[in-house]
Amino acid sequence: MISLTLIELQKIFKKWRTYIGFIAIGVLVPIVQIALYFEGEDYLKFATQNLQNSFMFVGNLLNGYLIANIILQALFIHIPFLVVLVGGDLLAGEATGGTYRMLITRPISRFHIITSKFLAGAVYTNLLLLWLMILSLGVSILVFGTGPMIVLRDKVYIFAENDILWRFLMAYLFASVSLLSVFALSFFFSSMVENAIGPIVASMAVIIIFLIVSALPIEALKVIQPFLFINYMVGWREFMVDPVNLSKIIESVLILFLHVFGFYLITLILFKRKDILS
Amino acid sequence: MEKVIEVNGLTKKFKNLVAVNNLNLNVYKGDVFGFLGPNGAGKSTTIRMLLSLISPTSGSIRIFGKSLNKHRIEILRNIGAIVEKPDFYLYMTAYKNLELLGKISGTDTSKANIMKVLELVGLKDRYNSKVKTYSHGMKQRLGLAQALLHDPDLIILDEPTTGLDPHGIKEIRDLIIYLSREKGKTIFLSSHILKEIEIIATRMIIIDKGTTKIEGSVEDLLNDHKLTVTIEVNETEKFKTFLNETQWKISFKEFEKNVAVFLLTKEEIPVLNKELVEKGFNVNSIVPKKSLEDYFLKITKGNTE
Repeated sequence: MISLTLIELQKIFKKWRTYIGFIAIGVLVPIVQIALYFEGEDYLKFATQNLQNSFMFVGNLLNGYLIANIILQALFIHIPFLVVLVGGDLLAGEATGGTYRMLITRPISRFHIITSKFLAGAVYTNLLLLWLMILSLGVSILVFGTGPMIVLRDKVYIFAENDILWRFLMAYLFASVSLLSVFALSFFFSSMVENAIGPIVASMAVIIIFLIVSALPIEALKVIQPFLFINYMVGWREFMVDPVNLSKIIESVLILFLHVFGFYLITLILFKRKDILS
Repeated sequence: MEKVIEVNGLTKKFKNLVAVNNLNLNVYKGDVFGFLGPNGAGKSTTIRMLLSLISPTSGSIRIFGKSLNKHRIEILRNIGAIVEKPDFYLYMTAYKNLELLGKISGTDTSKANIMKVLELVGLKDRYNSKVKTYSHGMKQRLGLAQALLHDPDLIILDEPTTGLDPHGIKEIRDLIIYLSREKGKTIFLSSHILKEIEIIATRMIIIDKGTTKIEGSVEDLLNDHKLTVTIEVNETEKFKTFLNETQWKISFKEFEKNVAVFLLTKEEIPVLNKELVEKGFNVNSIVPKKSLEDYFLKITKGNTE
């Protein structure tokens, strides 16, 4: 299985589209960093304007942690779109290229084919996230330094410098599960068709529709909102409050894992029964 | 004789369409087995079932004496195949494609082995070119290379000479003959080129509308059938008299310009030739015309391949 997964990774990284996600993050994150480097103080003043009269802020608030949090808030909803570029192509791409025939006539089981592709896709998803982490957190700390982190939600949270890094690491771990659920969805769509465009567009459509439905403050929609996995993807934000709501985080992780496994299982069942006609 | 492929009552239905209907066939060890049928006869569907790309609705497939359903991986380990047009990862080189497919199959992916196979199909000089730069004929050769990489006992080839130029067709034909005669491989060959089957195949099957029309040794089947033969001699009038005076007038069909057209069995051709020479005719040519093609058209009732 390991060698098959490595082969699948080779195939993924031989394709140009794989690098779109890395390039997009590589462009977007520095743009935000450069903008905040020059106008970060103004941004901070604007964000804390209501608090300026009551509190006095001291120390380096415009630091790498704040920048990383801003980037994560801003980009996290868009990163799934980059994940589906590869996830949607993993199986459908083989059908489009006619290489399904080559692959399935090899002496390996369909379970191994699906599982190795799924694992390779999961590695890609996490590498993309790692890239985001290196650029948003690592580079931001290098450029802006460290300090206490201010987080504005329903309350204002100010975390001490030594109380931040673990929160980020846990947030990225949570984000990994979130992105895996999106990848698994696109992988599932990918098994159903013979052209990669369909699963990519379908996955994006599902994300957009779910985002809209979960954001609309309509009473009737609130009934279905708990069933939309998108709602649980932003659970990483719970690490940026105090105290951390662990039960809510565990619930979100379990639901997301259930989606990941569910999509994988359905894909496997469909693929095992699939007649290869391409 | 040891059966390599044994198909019994094979049926495949796609909703209301019956693509293969109660098909039976047997391929024996060492056979070059010609698999013929008109378009839509169910050839590709059958080949896909033999390779477990699609599952049968009913019936059984045994390969190397084992059920394909139960021993799929073990069986596929010993089969090399081209199914329709060979498709590869276009963004990789030919060498990388073979290495990758070889690794998936768990076969020898040493440079020496890959280069040996590439040399066999005439692609040694282009081993490092990306497949997207290959012509259709080159992809076809690469398809053969991947089928041979793991040195399988059974080779299933679906239209292996499609897109090749005449030199390429001859090279592939020679390669198939070499693999069969020198290496003892069993070859299951589906082809649109009937002449190719006639030259290469030892046994054949013709299917139509998903069912077996005829199966047997190529030689027996063709000898059992009269061939259209054109004979050109020097003296046409004397030849007409000869025809009227002998039993050959029964086999004679017509004159096409100065060429006489006969319907003869394979055995009758040398007898007639000998008689003509003894009667003092200069026989300029004896050409058996499209023997398998005639046979094929007769069996499939005029459906064209």
